[in-house]
Amino acid sequence: MKRIALLGMPNTGKSTLFNRLTGAGARIGNWPGITVDLLSAKVLLGDSLVEVVDLPGIYNLHGFSEDELVVRRFLEAQPVNFLAVVLNASQLDRQLALPLQLKGLGIPMLVLLNMADEARHLGIRVDTAHLEQVLGAPVRLVSAKYGTGIEAVRQELAGLLHAHPKLQRIDTRAFAEDDQIERELDALVSRSVHAPVLIPPSATDRLDRLLLHPWLGLPLFFGIMFGVFQTVYSLGAPLQDGMGWLLGHLKEAWIEPAAAGLPTGLRSFLMDGLYDGVGTVLTFLPIIAVFFVVMAVVEDSGYLARAAFLVDALMSRLGLDGRAFVMQLMGFGCNVPAILGTRIMRSPSLRRLTMLMIPLSLCSARLQVFLFIITAVFAPRAAAVALFSLYLMSFALAFLTAFLWRGRFAGSEPLLLELPPYRMPTFRFLVLEGWRATLQFLRGASGFIVLGVVLVWFLTHYPFDAAPAGPDTLAGRMADFMAPVFSPLGLDSLLAIALLFGFVAKEVVIGALAVIYGAGGGELASLLAGRLDWVQAYSFLLFTLIYTPCLATLSTIRQESKSWPFTLLALAWPLALAWVASFAFYQGARALGF
Amino acid sequence: MPLSLNQLAPAAIAVIHALNVGQDLRRRMSGLGLRPGARVQVIRTSPLNGPMQIRVGHTDLILRRAEAARIEVAAAG
Repeated sequence: MKRIALLGMPNTGKSTLFNRLTGAGARIGNWPGITVDLLSAKVLLGDSLVEVVDLPGIYNLHGFSEDELVVRRFLEAQPVNFLAVVLNASQLDRQLALPLQLKGLGIPMLVLLNMADEARHLGIRVDTAHLEQVLGAPVRLVSAKYGTGIEAVRQELAGLLHAHPKLQRIDTRAFAEDDQIERELDALVSRSVHAPVLIPPSATDRLDRLLLHPWLGLPLFFGIMFGVFQTVYSLGAPLQDGMGWLLGHLKEAWIEPAAAGLPTGLRSFLMDGLYDGVGTVLTFLPIIAVFFVVMAVVEDSGYLARAAFLVDALMSRLGLDGRAFVMQLMGFGCNVPAILGTRIMRSPSLRRLTMLMIPLSLCSARLQVFLFIITAVFAPRAAAVALFSLYLMSFALAFLTAFLWRGRFAGSEPLLLELPPYRMPTFRFLVLEGWRATLQFLRGASGFIVLGVVLVWFLTHYPFDAAPAGPDTLAGRMADFMAPVFSPLGLDSLLAIALLFGFVAKEVVIGALAVIYGAGGGELASLLAGRLDWVQAYSFLLFTLIYTPCLATLSTIRQESKSWPFTLLALAWPLALAWVASFAFYQGARALGF
Repeated sequence: MPLSLNQLAPAAIAVIHALNVGQDLRRRMSGLGLRPGARVQVIRTSPLNGPMQIRVGHTDLILRRAEAARIEVAAAG
């Protein structure tokens, strides 16, 4: 199979170009020796089927950031027919450094000057003939966003495949020698790029004067984040309900009758375990899809880097940057997409610290549980205070987590970000991004989710002759065994079983309580009000807020971090924190005489 | 007197003299256009000692003042 590697600096529209060339057929794949997933797609160019691989954006061929290592390892291990180098045509003054470095690899190149529309708008003219001569490679102007020049690029690629039909290995010696290309770069830029010395004040400058205003910037940021949040969940929540309804209907109309002939144990496993458990997690899908589309708008518009600028003064003291804060806020809807959203961070340690922090965000699933129990146990006036205090706790514990672990995770990576001009993403790009991210979530997380669901079902149903989720099941016995751990928190073993269910998805806690107490709805509410005083109830709420992330979140953490030890930490740390917080609250309140 | 980038006020223009940073950061900086000889303009600074926004060529960048302090500049017209 022929292979082309797509290469370029960050923010060159490389991914948009990749989408243009390959359509929706791209796959995420693992490559030997590389820890991050790369996008690749098989495309018919001329008469041959070619694999196009989208490599991460890099600033320098010789650097040691994770992305730069990935690119080097890929090029070392995978022979290619040639490299397609994507540059931002309006920033050639610095981006031409990359093809100058790549020249040393001894592999044919095609240089694509993307965002030709923006460059023309800025009054930048490029002497492509001179560039071709110096770089020894064909140079083409394109605009991936609007699709201009794409057909010519396809033909060019097909022609180059004809000229270089053999897969070639790069000359790895080029990696070892550090480059002294600065003089070469200066000469090349001054000969081939003609740009006005001063850029005219642009729409971006005017918008920035407002959005990055010293005192208005932050309030506007919170306003925009609130808008994004509202959009995601007002679109996503009805879709989530619809998905739940659909799955419930399917179960009643088709699956239950079909499973009627099966033995009871097997039926319970298939229906109550596998179907309900996996179904619950599946209802996250619509929200994830909507989240990705909306995040793609925020990311592509260029506002994310501005958010980092606005909140960095505060976040840097926690060892984080502004992008972590954006994701933490997103987590208040659902933790899963927020964890996936940390991909925008380049430094792996910064990502991990953020992933440790996000599960403490009070997501909408936990909100359901809190609303039910607070309404049942608290007086109306105290209810609002109780809920508000849980939100405060959520922020406080997330910041505490970041603060305590920042030494372990926060790299010394300095904040050095490009502030791209504001751009409107195209509809096509958004749909592709949403679709791809959702598929990727499904593919990566499904195995782990099935495993967790089966485990919880087994614990709450074995031995099979015991009442499900009753005290005689494994879960019941575990709860008894754990009683010394939970009783200092004011939680009895029945509540502890409900927490075990909550591991699958936190909104299941109420359903589990209904099963355990054999009562639902208003009956359950009055039962809880009778059995729990407010101190016990609040202790339970605190524990529910903090303890282990739900299965979907945990599997996403596992998938994104690619590390079991880190996943274990993400499971154990909140558990410990939950215990300490509930213990401190319950014993403190009791000591004060409540 | 040596001047560093973090001492410049918004709208000031200067020429980079030297980057007093490690090799890796130097590479990243030069990838983004921060090289000796390059003209930089300070666009704005964020309150509470937050990061600063600068313009190099046709690229706008944000960086913390701690890093800016390690970039030596000479004032230019």
